[in-house]
Amino acid sequence: MNTEAPSAAAPNDPVIVFEGVHLGFDEGEVLKGFSFQVAPHETKVLVGESGTGKSLTMKLAAGLLRPDSGRIHLMGRDLGEMNETELLDFRRTIGFVFQEGALFDSESVSENVAFRLREEGEPDEEIEERVRESLRFVEMEDAIDKMPADLSGGMRRRVSIARALVSRPKVVFYDSPTAGLDPVTSQTIITLLLRLRDSQGVTSLLATHRLQDAFAMANYRFDPAGGKIERLTKDEVAHESVGETTFLFLRDGRVYFEGDPQSVLDSADPYLKKFLV
Amino acid sequence: MASFVRRQHGMVTRDTKLLPTEPPAPRHAVSQALKRLVLSVQNYSILSGRALANIFTPPHYIGDLLEQMDMIGVGSLPIVLLAGFFIGAVMVLQTASQFVRFGQTSLTGDAVSLALVRELGPTITGLLVAGRNSSGMASELGSMLVTEQVDAMRAMGTDPIRKLVTPRVLATILMLPLLVAMSDFVGLIGGFVVSYFTLHLNSVEFWTRAIKALEFSDLMQGLTKPLFFGFILATVGCYKGLTVTGGTQGVGRATTQAVVISSVTIIAMDVVLTKIMLYLAGRVF
Repeated sequence: MNTEAPSAAAPNDPVIVFEGVHLGFDEGEVLKGFSFQVAPHETKVLVGESGTGKSLTMKLAAGLLRPDSGRIHLMGRDLGEMNETELLDFRRTIGFVFQEGALFDSESVSENVAFRLREEGEPDEEIEERVRESLRFVEMEDAIDKMPADLSGGMRRRVSIARALVSRPKVVFYDSPTAGLDPVTSQTIITLLLRLRDSQGVTSLLATHRLQDAFAMANYRFDPAGGKIERLTKDEVAHESVGETTFLFLRDGRVYFEGDPQSVLDSADPYLKKFLV
Repeated sequence: MASFVRRQHGMVTRDTKLLPTEPPAPRHAVSQALKRLVLSVQNYSILSGRALANIFTPPHYIGDLLEQMDMIGVGSLPIVLLAGFFIGAVMVLQTASQFVRFGQTSLTGDAVSLALVRELGPTITGLLVAGRNSSGMASELGSMLVTEQVDAMRAMGTDPIRKLVTPRVLATILMLPLLVAMSDFVGLIGGFVVSYFTLHLNSVEFWTRAIKALEFSDLMQGLTKPLFFGFILATVGCYKGLTVTGGTQGVGRATTQAVVISSVTIIAMDVVLTKIMLYLAGRVF
């Protein structure tokens, strides 16, 4: 089965584009003319307080929700022009890591990670090999036959990442991947995200209210040759397979601030300062 | 009146909460309630239509279908057989007192057979399976929805209606007539046991009359109704599960509502189907 959706995008065109997106409920509008772009290989970190629409933005970007107005483009395709069947097919080219992992709790770790490959009709031998490869990447190969209920929160999050990357997506969405985890486990998760970004060059949109995770993505990289995490110096220029990390602060349904990590640190804005405490 | 709107699978659902300090005007409340009802019927119809249409187009989830047939069919067997046995037994006890008065105890087999096959078998079995499986579907799918497993499925390019709803609907439609047939048979056994010990009817007399009393139209009636009942209880259960709002409390509410709505709908539809079947009896079959 062809998992590659026909893309109208040129190589340097933005991968994700939001243009004037509005989304509201009867309690009020959450996103009010929200616009931003994510370049190829870029990691865009969405930061905001709870209830500002970070998760909604992730789901809109993946076509899981439709906006009230505005346009959303993903890999050159206008999601508003696609019906649900076309969106289902298109979503096979992306990865999505949900806030609590969202593993299928009646299926084993192996079956969870293999889910997409089974849907695509891959042969059993290849499925097993790729499942093990994904689980090895997240250091969860030993848990291959366990059930999600047997895993801790951090382990479920790691299996969820393995499930998202088993089909080698070009774009990955992370919805608060470290929410509710202790600092040590959070660091493990961020390390995995760094490895994924730097070894496979994925474009990603990461929603979080923890600024330390966002700075970790910006200030560290994974060296595929050495197999370890390194801190970037200020003068270091990211090599071609690593895109930049930029921050986007959400407030009142709009972009409040957008820029690189240094500009966040240098800003005197009191709202941004709240996240740096 | 504030409300929460969810847009998924082409459906729009609302979960109304009263937030204002003043109670709404009665006319407004009635208007809102009617709108919600119409919206629910619309979304239920869309879900049911898609679930049925998926049967005829690939991909087909045969493994999931077989799993559901096992859970719904084999899993419901003990309760259906037990209920069938006791219903047959109590039918004899109730009718025997009347037949004894007229000296026509030999008609017991006729009465039990007709009542079971035409009416009690399909309806009681439908209600039992609705209580067991419609609630199970609502709670399972509702739990999946509130833990974002349904969204995860969509994010991986799988249609949750095709993967979750269609196998459940088809499995119930296929299994319910078989359960009804077994319930009818065990009900006749229960009726025979009681008639043997209380009316001293011999087995030849009971079974011969029980089988001879049945015509093709009775069997058609008794085995066609479960097709509709199965469709109702499965689609209602799945619909309530996939439209849960309010977290785990909402799952509990949806489970209860699934049983109540499917049970009442089965009983109401029984009236309509009986009328249609009686009209068709002798004309078509």
